[in-house]
Amino acid sequence: MSNSKTNHQSLDPEVTEKLQRQSEELAKSVQAGDFAQAMTVINELSEVRDQSLYREVGRLTRSLHEAIRNFQIDPRSAEQQEALSKMTDASDRLEYVVQMTSQAANRTMDLVEETMPVANAVRNEATELRDEWQRLRRREMQPAEFRELYGRIDRFFVSLTADADSMYNSLSEILLAQDFQDLTGQVIQKVTALVKEFEEQMLSLVVMASHVDQLTGTVHRIDETEVSAEQGVGPQIKAEEREDVVSGQDDVDDLLSSLGF
Amino acid sequence: MKILIVDDFSTMRRIIKNLLRDLGFSNTDEADDGNTALPMLKSGKYDFLVTDWNMPGMSGFDLLKAVRADESLKTLPVLMVTAEAKRDQIVAAAQAGVNGYVVKPFTAAVLKEKIEKIFERIQ
Repeated sequence: MSNSKTNHQSLDPEVTEKLQRQSEELAKSVQAGDFAQAMTVINELSEVRDQSLYREVGRLTRSLHEAIRNFQIDPRSAEQQEALSKMTDASDRLEYVVQMTSQAANRTMDLVEETMPVANAVRNEATELRDEWQRLRRREMQPAEFRELYGRIDRFFVSLTADADSMYNSLSEILLAQDFQDLTGQVIQKVTALVKEFEEQMLSLVVMASHVDQLTGTVHRIDETEVSAEQGVGPQIKAEEREDVVSGQDDVDDLLSSLGF
Repeated sequence: MKILIVDDFSTMRRIIKNLLRDLGFSNTDEADDGNTALPMLKSGKYDFLVTDWNMPGMSGFDLLKAVRADESLKTLPVLMVTAEAKRDQIVAAAQAGVNGYVVKPFTAAVLKEKIEKIFERIQ
C-alpha cells in the first residue's frame, strides 16, 4: 500500500492532471453510451501512459550517463577507460601502501636482526669480564692473568664504543623506517575519500534503478546470504563495540576456558 | 623441536620466527598457506604447527581440520596466531581441535605463555 503513494508521487503533475481529466471524460462517455468516444479516450489514456514512461526512461538515461561520467570513466576508448579509471588508480595506491609497509617492516627487522647479536655479544663479554673482575677482587688472580685481563678490558672499552655507535645508528634508522606512516596515511586518506564519493554515486544509481523498478513494476527477490567465517574475514574493526567479536587476548582466554580449555 | 610457521605474509612469518628463536626454538620452517604446509607436515616430522587463519588457497582452519583428520598428524600441537576475532570462529577452532589461540596484534609474552602452556599439557 505504501508503494502506491510513492508511485503517485513519482508521476508528473501534468500527467496526473491529464489522467484525471481523461478518466472523467471516459466515465461521461460510457454513461452517455458514446462508445466510439470512449474508445478514443482509452487510446489517449494509454498514449499518456506511454509518453510518461518514455519521458521517465529518457530522464533515467540522462542521469545514468551523468552517473557514469562522475565515475570518471570514458567508455569510448578502452585505453582511456583504463587511464581515467580512478578505481585502477586507487588499487595502485593501495598496492603502494602494501609495498611501503612491507619495505618498512623488512628494513626494521633487518636492523633488529643485525643489532640483536651485537647486544648479545656486549652482554656476554661484560658478564665474563665481571666474573674475572670478581676473581681479581678476591685476589685469586695470577699476575699473568691480570695482564691479560688488563688488555681485555681495554679492548672491551674500544669495542663498546663502536658497538654502542652501531646500535644507536640502527635505532635511528629504525626510527626513519617509520616514515612510511606519513606517506601511506596520505594515500589511504585519498582512497577513503574516493570510496566515499563512489558510495554516494552508487547510491544514486541504486535510487535510479529502484525508479525503473517502480515504473516497470519489477519486484526483486533478494536472498539473505550469510558470509561464512570459515575462510577467515580478517581483522575486526571497532571490536569493542561488537558483541560477536573478542576485544583482545583476555577475551579469547576467557572464551576458551569457558569451553574447558 | 621442529616447528612449521604458516602465514601468507612474510613479515609475520619473520616476526614469529624471531620470537620463537628468542624462546629457544631455532629449528623452524615456513609455508605461505595450507596447500604448501600440508605436504611439508606429512613428510617433515614437525613437532609443532603455528598457523594463521586467513590465507589464500587453503585457510589455516582447513589446515587444522586436515591435520586432525590425518592419522599420522592428528596429535600434532597446533597454535593459531590470527587476526580472526569472532567468537564463533574461536569456538569453531576449539571444536576442530586447536591447542591454542592467539589474536593479532599479540605480544612476545602472550606467544611465549601460550606455547609453554601447550607443551606443559602435552608432557
